Amino acid sequence: MKPTDIRHPEYFHKVVDCQWACPAHTPVPEYIRLIAAGRYSDAYMINWVSNVFPGVLGRTCDRPCEPACRRTRVEENNGEQPEPVAICRLKRVAADFKDDVKDRMPLPATQKNGKRVALVGAGPASLTVARDLAPLGYDVTIFDGDKLAGGMIRTQIPKFRLPESVIDEEVGYVLDLGVNFRSGTRIDSLNALLAEPYDAIFVGTGAPRGRDLEIPGRREAAANIHIGIDWLSSVSFGHIDRIGKRVIVLGGGNTAMDCCRSSKRLGGEDVKVIVRSGYEEMKASPWEKEDAIHEGIPIINYRVPKEFVHENGKLTGMTFEVVRAVYDAKGRRDLVATGEPDEFYPCDDVLVAVGQENAFPWIERDAGVQFDKWGLPLLDKVTLQSTLPRVFFGGDAAFGPKNIIWAVAHGHAAAVSIDAFCQGRDLQERPAPHVTLVSQKMGIHEWSFDNEISIENRHRVPLKEASLALKNIKVEVELGFDAKLAIAEAKRCLNCDAQTVFAPKLCIECDACADICPMDCITFTDNGEEPDLRQRLKAPAENLGQDLYVSDLLKTGRIMAKDENVCLHCGLCAERCPTGAWDMQKFFYREAHANSGCVEVPSRKIA
Amino acid sequence: MTYLAKPKLHHPDLQANSRGYTRRDYEGKISTLCAGCGHDSISAAVVQACFELEIEPARVAKLSGIGCSSKTTDYFLGNSHGFNSVHGRMPSVLTGANLANRELIYLGVSGDGDSASIGLGQFAHCMRRGVNMVYLVENNGVYGLTKGQFSATADKGSKSKRGVVNNDEPVDMIGLALMLGASFVGRSFSGDKQQLVPLIKAAIEHPGPAFIDVISPCVAFNNHAGSTRSYDYVREHNEAVNRLDFISARSEITVGYAPGEVAEIVQHDGSRLRLRKIAADYDPTNHSAVMNHLQERTEAGEIVTGLLYVNPNPSDLHQYLNTTDRPLNTLGEAELCPGSAALEKFNAGLR
Repeated sequence: MKPTDIRHPEYFHKVVDCQWACPAHTPVPEYIRLIAAGRYSDAYMINWVSNVFPGVLGRTCDRPCEPACRRTRVEENNGEQPEPVAICRLKRVAADFKDDVKDRMPLPATQKNGKRVALVGAGPASLTVARDLAPLGYDVTIFDGDKLAGGMIRTQIPKFRLPESVIDEEVGYVLDLGVNFRSGTRIDSLNALLAEPYDAIFVGTGAPRGRDLEIPGRREAAANIHIGIDWLSSVSFGHIDRIGKRVIVLGGGNTAMDCCRSSKRLGGEDVKVIVRSGYEEMKASPWEKEDAIHEGIPIINYRVPKEFVHENGKLTGMTFEVVRAVYDAKGRRDLVATGEPDEFYPCDDVLVAVGQENAFPWIERDAGVQFDKWGLPLLDKVTLQSTLPRVFFGGDAAFGPKNIIWAVAHGHAAAVSIDAFCQGRDLQERPAPHVTLVSQKMGIHEWSFDNEISIENRHRVPLKEASLALKNIKVEVELGFDAKLAIAEAKRCLNCDAQTVFAPKLCIECDACADICPMDCITFTDNGEEPDLRQRLKAPAENLGQDLYVSDLLKTGRIMAKDENVCLHCGLCAERCPTGAWDMQKFFYREAHANSGCVEVPSRKIA
Repeated sequence: MTYLAKPKLHHPDLQANSRGYTRRDYEGKISTLCAGCGHDSISAAVVQACFELEIEPARVAKLSGIGCSSKTTDYFLGNSHGFNSVHGRMPSVLTGANLANRELIYLGVSGDGDSASIGLGQFAHCMRRGVNMVYLVENNGVYGLTKGQFSATADKGSKSKRGVVNNDEPVDMIGLALMLGASFVGRSFSGDKQQLVPLIKAAIEHPGPAFIDVISPCVAFNNHAGSTRSYDYVREHNEAVNRLDFISARSEITVGYAPGEVAEIVQHDGSRLRLRKIAADYDPTNHSAVMNHLQERTEAGEIVTGLLYVNPNPSDLHQYLNTTDRPLNTLGEAELCPGSAALEKFNAGLR
């Protein structure tokens, strides 16, 4: 193998699994250390720079970082159940315990740059674009049909998961940057908007249409059949405050989980989720399923809806076909009837949460924006530019339903593109990330990070007592970590950004590092092709998703090969190294945003 | 100098041996030696050897004297018996322990000061009595604990860290062991575990006095230009006579070799020493030829390593003294106090 080029910023970035997995590349270990140090405001700002909505995301994020967390891999076969660091809930800790951070926010631009940008829809994607562009002097206008900004964050996420005050605060930070918000102004025509003097247009209208279920009885019993996301937003706006005693929720995604839990709080006594697929394959995040079950909501799987049963238009229940999963040679799943008799479940109301679709009825087909056969806009995957050069897309409107953190990532990317577009630069030339790599050595066996490895299990977030939580739809269920729990959980973080940096010229091949490494990551051996080398290591490197760190030739003609997979970043290799060939160096990576120059976290203050 | 304890977490694929122990179970406390000390590599080699031999930790007694090397018994086999004795007196304590309980595996760990200076006499008599043990000398040619004076094994002409040249002849521990009756003699290097681990395994299973001289660079005081115990010097001058594969009597023989490449020595317990030849015509069972070869190559400036000498049919102190087959602590009153009739008979035999 060729020696690893650690100067390439993405090599060490990939080692920080959580940050690599985060669509917005939030520097996770950095803010977790700041939380452990009690520097909540600093931790909040690290988050805010990257993901704009730390308080919202700390409660609602899909957490792609957590399945990626190295902790799950190192706990494997070391304990009963390997679990990631509770990254998402630590983010909430930063938001809950921070001081007033208003004075740390960028100021509205004192001078406008003369360029005007229209953002359609006031959801997380548009708000991110606004945050990135407004401080640069762009005249940014957000249009939304609703009265308040926030989009799906405000309309679809139930208040018992996300209090309104958190939305107000974080949406406020963006609007305070001198952004024009045209509330109650639904854009009905792209052509009309194009006729106005905007230099660029960003479409962040989400995936606003809930999929319906066209089976017998749908039309007749319509009065008691509701589309999940529409029903959730009606609940959110207070238009609906009751539901029948017996409720069936159809669907296995997070919307279904929000629907069933909301029903429980609005008079539903017998609420159940009925889903086509198996429990394991449900789209909902595992923790959201657990939360629903915790509130006494059964999830019944492998049932395909067949008919809405009604008496003279009054819904009385539903029938389901019982199926099982059959997998073909390619691993594709097919749901096959088991032959058991159909099942009937009585109910008063049904909530249909079987998926969302994009809809752009307001974009005229002659406007110049081309769509694919699924009705999604044709976009450049990197720049998010549509076939009409001054129109950009992001969030669920771009590639179909995803989640908030992807919307934020799209917002950042679109802002970079819009800035380049308006300034006449090449959109494909993306700005380089801000990267530093600094030794953490403080003394002979002393590092500026806590390298003692906690063997504690993941800490549970305390919950409001279920009987109280179910009484009021506005009472937040999760109480969040207190400071003590937060520190204990923060200590589980392995500090994967404290990189093991190897200087082959200093190595005397004494084996001290290989001997001390608790995870058998380090091997000194003859070089070879990667598949061969992976098998010859002290512990074979079977996880191909994780790189090998390979050094130049050493004095004996061998190389150092380190499997990054389960490294604890405990620094013992560096503590044992007599010559300083190993050093622990903090890798700080911040993705470049359009406004990187305006939002600066002073490096002196970074933990 | 204190270090953070090694985290308890281990590699998810870490294997256990047939006794259910992983390699990590054979480790000891965290080492307090200097970073990069060769001794720590030797500890790791002992851990690896015991794991591979599937030894029950409670069957091992590790004994040592005083010095950096003698501290290391704390850093491996944390669940075995241990005795840290007086300076240079490990062989006596070990001999006594061995006589009392012949069923344990005895690992004597010593250094060049502990064995070639203050304990030279103890070392000599232990070898000539034929105590069944592994005598491991962690040899760095320097007194590390007192900041780098030459030890008795330092080569004549080598330079100390401060530039002083050593004028004294070195004590040749390998030569002494050979002359005094060790039935297994090897030399290795802390920086070469591929060689060292099989040697330790073979020595542990060898049913007689086994001596291994391990050259172990002192990174703090003897790893400079002019030293003959530095990592660089040893690597440059290391001439292995053979590569050993140790196959215990219990395990199946699976590895195949082309004829002529390998010399196989079957020991009387059925274990096999397979030697991949490196030096042509080197016969480790020919005592006088071994002595000659070592003399010649040492004069030529080489550090000869590998399994240097083995007697496939060794005997030991218990045999010489015709002692009881069982550990003394398992003997009951009937065996220990055979009664006045037996005493009479015994006394009669002396009249």
